[in-house]
Amino acid sequence: MDWGFIFEQAMGSALGPDAVVYALAAIGLNVHFGYTGLLNFGQAGFMAVAAYGLAASVTSWGLPFWVGLLVGLGAAGVLALLLGAPTLRLRAEYLAIVTIAAAEILRIVIGSVTLKDEFGGRDGLQSFSDSFTALNPYSGTVDLGLFSLSRGDAWVTTVGWVLVALSCLLVWALMRSPWGRVLKSIREDEDAVRSLGKNVFGYKMQALVLGGLFGALAGFMVALQQAAINPDNFSTDVTFNAYAVLILGGAARVLGPVVGAVIFWFLISGLGTFFSEAAGGRDPLIPTWLMTDTQASLVRFILLGAGLAALMILRPQGIFGDRRELAIDAR
Amino acid sequence: MPAEATGSHAASESVGTTGTTTRDHDAILVGEDVIRRFGGLTAVDVDRVEVKRGLITALIGPNGAGKTTFFNVLTGFDQPDSGSWSFNGRSLKGMPPYKVARLGMVRTFQLTKVLAKLSVIENMRLGATGQRGESMLSAVFPTLWRSQEKVNTERADTLLQRFTLDAKREDFAGSLSGGQRKLLEMARALMVDPDLIMLDEPMAGVNPALKQSLLGHVKGLRDEGRTVLFVEHDMDMVRDISDWVIVMAQGKIVAQGPPSEVMANPKVVDAYLGAHHDSDVSVEAEEARLAEVREKLEAETGPRDREDGDPRE
Repeated sequence: MDWGFIFEQAMGSALGPDAVVYALAAIGLNVHFGYTGLLNFGQAGFMAVAAYGLAASVTSWGLPFWVGLLVGLGAAGVLALLLGAPTLRLRAEYLAIVTIAAAEILRIVIGSVTLKDEFGGRDGLQSFSDSFTALNPYSGTVDLGLFSLSRGDAWVTTVGWVLVALSCLLVWALMRSPWGRVLKSIREDEDAVRSLGKNVFGYKMQALVLGGLFGALAGFMVALQQAAINPDNFSTDVTFNAYAVLILGGAARVLGPVVGAVIFWFLISGLGTFFSEAAGGRDPLIPTWLMTDTQASLVRFILLGAGLAALMILRPQGIFGDRRELAIDAR
Repeated sequence: MPAEATGSHAASESVGTTGTTTRDHDAILVGEDVIRRFGGLTAVDVDRVEVKRGLITALIGPNGAGKTTFFNVLTGFDQPDSGSWSFNGRSLKGMPPYKVARLGMVRTFQLTKVLAKLSVIENMRLGATGQRGESMLSAVFPTLWRSQEKVNTERADTLLQRFTLDAKREDFAGSLSGGQRKLLEMARALMVDPDLIMLDEPMAGVNPALKQSLLGHVKGLRDEGRTVLFVEHDMDMVRDISDWVIVMAQGKIVAQGPPSEVMANPKVVDAYLGAHHDSDVSVEAEEARLAEVREKLEAETGPRDREDGDPRE
């Protein structure tokens, strides 16, 4: 059992590109769900349209990289408007239904054979990130002591954490303002907000677009980290894991998604490595009659589920949340 | 045009004959032929209703009379099947509730709607209208809205003091008692600075001590020049503070006038207690029937010894 290796793997995920992607996705969900009370179950869809907007612009349509970024952000914004327009006047559940369906529809359409020329079908798209990697200031593998990052990962990670920091700053600035107060009030009771002369639909739409744009940033990070994308990068479990990150860190807290992402990936990666170490090799720690090494790779998800359940019971407000806010919850 | 003129003339005449206090007040809110149906049920069917500026008007009626539905329709929270209604001469037809509120017509709710996870002062600040910081772009730059926020906070603090909630300033609104929530909702509505404030059952679930102070607050609203329309079941309150009473039953307005007059109106008593409420329960009727039965018995069996005695002799 190589504890050093397990720790290194865990830290590599917790502070590397994986955590960046989920931190950004969860920041978006925090704006939606944490602050405004919008149940967006299609964050993967926002990530997908942004990533494919970027990749297809560059690879299929031969546009410059920065135009691709604008196309990606624009696509996420348009998706938010399309999803919000029919559902935001209705009860919260309708947005949940529509977003989860839309995300799946997008994933299947993007992977379809008909659109293979644009989106590359099941194989996805590659070689769109040359302009990005050309800017890489690192000359080789970056060793941070606890763990090391490859040259490409180091660059993506650096850009990613800067984006996370800027996003958090923006969310912080917005949520302490009267604008943020209206969002939080909508989460509590939208009829009360209406009765005080606020255009609730407009605010919800703004929140949906803003959170979708954070999702777009997460989509860009997925694309750039892998330098290739395919439809399976954006399946529904991405959204659910992002929710797990948000709940773990604490909803409606600026740093909740960031802390949540770090802890989530530390545990997922650390436990994954631990169990594959413990169940594999010539003399496994865990006897093979109990668990084979293929089974071992899935145990972390069982533990994740149990851990989230325990969290909900013992600390429902998440790590950063305020217990008082939950104790008086009427629902 | 002529029809309209005679309509308003007739209305003002009826006001003139029923009370002198209301003579000088024009209508701030007018509704005509407002009909709201839920499937086969006609919840509201109002020919004409007027709320006079500067007065406290009570809207009363038994449960299911359509008072709250009518409230919802007037404030834009529900759309009627037909009819027209206007506030300060401006038609509100098809107008969403937030625009109605911006015109200066603010309502509260029967089930109090405080924003539980926001502090009391934040609840109050939300009420202020025309906030620059409520636009997404300027929200990022506090210099654009900080001074306005300060003014709003000072106004909020004054109102909290008036409604005796200043001690609760930093508490979560969800930790307030039912009565305090009613007070907060009323104070928050005042942050909008409305001409007309519509209170949906302000006394429901409030203890008698707080009721008195709430009554004072409602009177205070009128004294500072606002118009009040409230829905209430508590007849004492209606009699005590309202200048004008509108009675609804089964979706229609059955009577209106000054409280003393309306309370004496047999139609109102019927609406509240049922048309035959006094036919079988009076003592005289009961005794008359008893005497009748006794006579019959005596005729059949002859006079009997009055061992148990007749209580009336």
